Amino acid sequence: MDLYLPIANLSVNALVIIGLGGLVGLLSGMFGVGGGFLTTPLLIFYGIPPTVAAASAASQVTGASVSGVVTHMARKTVDFRMGGVLIAGGIVGAGMGVFIFRLLQSLGQIDTVIGILYVLMLGGIGGLMAKESIQALIALKTGRKQQARKRRHHPLVAALPMRWRFYRSGLYISPLAPLLLGMATGILTMLLGVGGGFILVPAMLYLLGMTTQSVVGTSLFQILFVTMATTMMHAMTTKAVDLVLAMLLLIGSVTGAQIGTRISMTLRPEYLRILLAAIVLLVAARMALGLGWRPDEIFTIEVR
Amino acid sequence: MLRRASALIAAALLLIGADEPQLVPDVSQREVQIQYSFTGADLLLFGAIVYPGGVRPDKPADIVVVLKGPEQSIQMREKQKVAGIWVNADSARFESAPSFYAMASSLPIAQIVDERTAAIYELGVDKLQLSPSSLNDSAELDRFQAGLVDLRDRAGLFVERQGTVEITDGVLYRARLPLSARVIVGDYTAETFLVQDGRVVAAAVRDITVRKSGFEQFMAVAAEQWPFFYGLTAIALAVSMGWAAGAIARRL
Repeated sequence: MDLYLPIANLSVNALVIIGLGGLVGLLSGMFGVGGGFLTTPLLIFYGIPPTVAAASAASQVTGASVSGVVTHMARKTVDFRMGGVLIAGGIVGAGMGVFIFRLLQSLGQIDTVIGILYVLMLGGIGGLMAKESIQALIALKTGRKQQARKRRHHPLVAALPMRWRFYRSGLYISPLAPLLLGMATGILTMLLGVGGGFILVPAMLYLLGMTTQSVVGTSLFQILFVTMATTMMHAMTTKAVDLVLAMLLLIGSVTGAQIGTRISMTLRPEYLRILLAAIVLLVAARMALGLGWRPDEIFTIEVR
Repeated sequence: MLRRASALIAAALLLIGADEPQLVPDVSQREVQIQYSFTGADLLLFGAIVYPGGVRPDKPADIVVVLKGPEQSIQMREKQKVAGIWVNADSARFESAPSFYAMASSLPIAQIVDERTAAIYELGVDKLQLSPSSLNDSAELDRFQAGLVDLRDRAGLFVERQGTVEITDGVLYRARLPLSARVIVGDYTAETFLVQDGRVVAAAVRDITVRKSGFEQFMAVAAEQWPFFYGLTAIALAVSMGWAAGAIARRL
């Protein structure tokens, strides 16, 4: 079933895009991530222009995170104060992202930077996740108890001035730390079309030292609003949001997300994490191949 | 179609008596509309060759048809391996790169005209005059042009169909050219050249308009003219669909 995308200026097989959205949605439901890190590269691989892919993937992440936020709000596992600071940082970051995007575009290095960011980010986090989940699996098999990690924030965070109390996160730290963190994820969201949950969740756990219960809800809350802001910024600046493409992705991903959530309840979290780590590392390896071995295209055309 | 064909014959009859051969061309579609189901179009370029006095020459003439899209000013970049990774290193700028180019001829171009004539009339993707405006040497420009042709060729935007124009009884010709789904909107031209003894003896042009229509037109205009409301719609769509899916799943 072919459908013409009015902004991307090409026709795609609607079922393929819905299926792609469904696959990403399934993963996002299973693992509690937005899945933007998969959508953007897969869309580009399919032949969608990179800018349109990043802009439209952001709105798909919005859709995938809505029902998660609703669930977490009902369970009272969203720290609104922390979330608010993160969102403020995220919106500033997205604004900076627009500027960086334009600068890199005029220099002609946008795709290289996106490639490097993907490899570093996904490779690093995927590696960490793989290491941790393998350790957890070994501990599970040998029956040895893992020692509980002491929850503490990073010394650099403690050094920042002006402390606020974040009750649901169980923290008394400077709001500058989450603000900076939010900014970093905002930039990534604008450049890559990813939600940034990948960076956010480990950073909240290990850098800020937030309580585990509130981490996922709060990060989803931030992702929801920052992807909304990013979609708007793309609509206003790059004008590359393709509503038809976003719609197709959403149909697949919101359905997939619900199925994924059900699956995740039946599988052991240790296996889920190792599976996610494998997928993340695979995407990173694919990107690294394009950077180091042979790019998909030697020449690129930019209409002025 | 029938009316147009009869008009063609009437025009052809009027032209008999001129000294030089004439072309009476037409296209199957003067307007191509891009709609939700658009996957490209097949255009039929056809017409009649009118010889002076209605006498066909001993050696049959050849036909070349060229379908050209709006010209674009483009910047091309070339990736090179720098310090172990592929980055955009070299670039070139062209002021008049056609967004679409399709050509068909009755015989392979090399058998019809010489290099110079082919270059003058831009017969062939390697003969396009791109008007480079950056300071590259000619070897570099050739490399970039080859890169452009390769990319556009794979996107179906540059098409060459040599030897596919059919000429019936030496006077009626027809050629089929595919219009890719990736074409941009704008004014296209369908040029027909009549070639005799390596010389272009007659040329004629027909215009074709490619435009988005209905919903696709509305979307493209909305994204350009009302970006705020367009963005708001995208957000509302995403939130409502995500919320609805969650609500439905909870009921199940």
